[in-house]
Amino acid sequence: MASSTPTRHAWRVLLGLLLVTAALFGINALGVYGFKESSWTPELALDLQGGTQIVLSAQTADGSDPTQEQLDQAAAIIRQRVDASGTAEADITTEGGRNIVVQIPGVADQETRDRIQASAQLEFRAVLVATDPATEFVGEDGKTTAFPTPNETMNAVPTPKPTDGSDPSQITEKQFAALQSFDCTAERPSTTPPADEPLVACDPTGSVKYLLGPMELDGTVIDDATAGRDQKSGAWTVNLELDSKGTEVFGDISQRLNANRIAGLSPRDQFAFVLDGVVISAPVMQAAILNGKPSISGNFTQESSQTLADQLRYGALPLSFNVESSDTISATLGSQQLQIGLIAGLIGLGLVAIYSLISYRALGWVIIASIGVMGVLTYIIICILAWRMGFRLSLAGVAGLIVSIGFTADSFIVYFERIRDELRDGKSITGAVEDGWGRAKRTIYISKSINILAAVVLYILADATVKGFAFTLGLTTLIDVFIFVIFTHPVMQLLARTRFFGGGHRLSGLDPESLGAVYRGRAQFREAQVGSAGRAARNKGARNEAEKRQTIAERKRAEALAAKGSSDAGKDSDS
Amino acid sequence: MFSMNEFGNNLYSGKTSFPFVAKRRLWFIIAIVLIVGSALVPLIRPVQFSIEFTGGSQFVVASPATGADGKPDQSLATDAVRSVVPEATAKVVIVNNRDVRVQTDQMSALQTQQVTEALSQAYDVKVEDITNSFIGPAWGENVTRQSLWGLAIFLALTFLILAIYFRTWKMSAAAILGLLDVLVITVGVYALAGFEISPAAVIGFLTILAYSLYDTTVVFDKVRENTTEDANQTTRTFGESVNLAVNQTLVRSINTSVVAALPVGAILFIGAFWLGAETLTDISLSIFVGIIVATYSTLFVAAPLYSLFRENEPAIVAHDAKVHEARQRSVAAKA
Repeated sequence: MASSTPTRHAWRVLLGLLLVTAALFGINALGVYGFKESSWTPELALDLQGGTQIVLSAQTADGSDPTQEQLDQAAAIIRQRVDASGTAEADITTEGGRNIVVQIPGVADQETRDRIQASAQLEFRAVLVATDPATEFVGEDGKTTAFPTPNETMNAVPTPKPTDGSDPSQITEKQFAALQSFDCTAERPSTTPPADEPLVACDPTGSVKYLLGPMELDGTVIDDATAGRDQKSGAWTVNLELDSKGTEVFGDISQRLNANRIAGLSPRDQFAFVLDGVVISAPVMQAAILNGKPSISGNFTQESSQTLADQLRYGALPLSFNVESSDTISATLGSQQLQIGLIAGLIGLGLVAIYSLISYRALGWVIIASIGVMGVLTYIIICILAWRMGFRLSLAGVAGLIVSIGFTADSFIVYFERIRDELRDGKSITGAVEDGWGRAKRTIYISKSINILAAVVLYILADATVKGFAFTLGLTTLIDVFIFVIFTHPVMQLLARTRFFGGGHRLSGLDPESLGAVYRGRAQFREAQVGSAGRAARNKGARNEAEKRQTIAERKRAEALAAKGSSDAGKDSDS
Repeated sequence: MFSMNEFGNNLYSGKTSFPFVAKRRLWFIIAIVLIVGSALVPLIRPVQFSIEFTGGSQFVVASPATGADGKPDQSLATDAVRSVVPEATAKVVIVNNRDVRVQTDQMSALQTQQVTEALSQAYDVKVEDITNSFIGPAWGENVTRQSLWGLAIFLALTFLILAIYFRTWKMSAAAILGLLDVLVITVGVYALAGFEISPAAVIGFLTILAYSLYDTTVVFDKVRENTTEDANQTTRTFGESVNLAVNQTLVRSINTSVVAALPVGAILFIGAFWLGAETLTDISLSIFVGIIVATYSTLFVAAPLYSLFRENEPAIVAHDAKVHEARQRSVAAKA
């Protein structure tokens, strides 16, 4: 079978395609069974599986656009908040230099919305009490009892009136009950606690809970926070720079807390940084700091010091979030839309198949097979992309896929029309396949690059909805060109050598006779005129001198028929 | 019987030839009429922008119980909205013959929740079956700005790439003018059909950009081939070479637009008449119209424009003169 070079080449290319396909399935199988992260079905976007999408735009205090770094940090802050509300599988991404897109499966309740939307709150509070996170105690009777929760009968008015943020008179009976019964593992309330009242909060791991004095400074006084190494000890520290107001107030606080430390009033020598109701750091004041450049040391690694510095810096950012849009899509509607998309896709596919068969006869099967291969490859690539890149198929993406059926079929139309043109010029079928390929691929490459360019530009500039569409359009165009080279052309090379196609059977779609070819029979050499004289003959046709040309063609065809009649006598029966 | 093959043969040989270039004045007049007509559509029928562009709140009640006329009662929705915000104006429409869509001014989160509950009671459906969206007015503005930037950058890059590939900026210019023609007419038809301009429709328009240029490029590649090959001959004028190329790719143009339009038509048909899926319908209508207009525009606008742009180049004028001279000689020889 593999006798001539193009045939061997074609088989080799097809084998390559088989290997590529197998490799793609292998990669996804690895993802499914090895890493347990991938799946055999594409991940669906919110509009197809139902859920809530909230688009927030970050607002800076001075109205300028936030930097990408600020936006990433804001997204991280929001991610912490959503995680804190116990919502599973929230997808939070930044978009277009200003927006943060939060996607949550199911319906988001009001509390989650409020929590997401709240601006980052960094507060400086003095520590009054630090204790273990227990919410119950073993009483005198030996039973485990929950600490009493605050109630109306408890004293809530501090006497005497507190004189500063560290004054222990703030610890009223009610406050103490609130501290003891506070559960660090429970959801945090979404409402911001009043700044002028004590606050109960935990550290991020939930291993210590604090009763804190009222807010004494907010995050806006921090000019900068960086992680660095202490020059003497070499330990990682976090260095803060405060503005003038912060320097002044912090100077007073540091004197007070330092005095508490000397007096041995632990933990009232500690100072807490509270971000969104969580104590992210509560260092002990080591000295009075009057220059506005406090530094925090402790058991930091490079990473943990960097994280704290970021939290202080960006938590201090006066970023707030406006809800730009909010969508709740019911799961019923989502699956309905997907169903419609799939049905429409199948019908579209069927219509394209029918039209291809009518228009190109047996060659239509090459179009159908190519689209089939394309479908398999696209499907598996989308599965892999969902695993590796978090790609999710949206409704617009489905539309992109359906539209691409038609665009894909066009590459074959261009190719087949070229082959037919070459046949009309009187070339043999194998020759026409090769020459048609040479010309068609130029056209396909340039025109498909325009399509890919459009997809890339759209993808970079557009918002989430358009992105999904641009992505599938770009992806399918790439796969389309790939299949064109690695499947359609080799298949055509092989088919051209079969009797049915190569012999130009009436139903093959490559019948030179019905294509009006100046057929000379396989054994005959083409006369050396096709380049100039043959073309000239056609050109005359263009000048309405078709009559003359027509007679030539007719004469040739008659000759050809005569030659064919003798050599191909048994052809119809065996093809 | 009409045979596509025979038609293709005749187009290829030049036996049948549509005067895309020769009658270009007529085609240009038609194109201008279409463009002006499309630009005038908003005067008759103001372009509707979807809620994404105007801002506001929207609720969709999926498949509520139907009244005596087989349709859900719209007044229930108005009452439900009024029960929460008495002074609110609610635009209630039945979409897809089945769902109730309510659009209101922007509502607060609490109001949104209350309206959802009121609607679920009024129509006796589960709260989960009501889709609600809220879109700030800045959203559409951002999307529009981004889309326009995308358009500008895409056109500039395409212009460059085509100019480099075809080695003449005139082909780029013709292709892009043809493209603008497609966009204006498509938006015009879209507006005339009374569809809202929604983000999905914008996606559709952007796809047409890609499709239209793609289509033009395929045809222009054949034009390039013919005009280069014919440059040293005296059989065809430049315009005739262009025209023959367009005719030779005509079967491909027809097949392509049919094949591209079929799946999109399927979405459109199913989306609009059967089950209803707004996003899909919006995208597919713009693409469906766009594909047809793009095919028309390549043939009747872009190709003749290209011929017009180049005809006055000295080399081409000289070549055409030679062609005419050769023809006269052959006529004289015959006589």
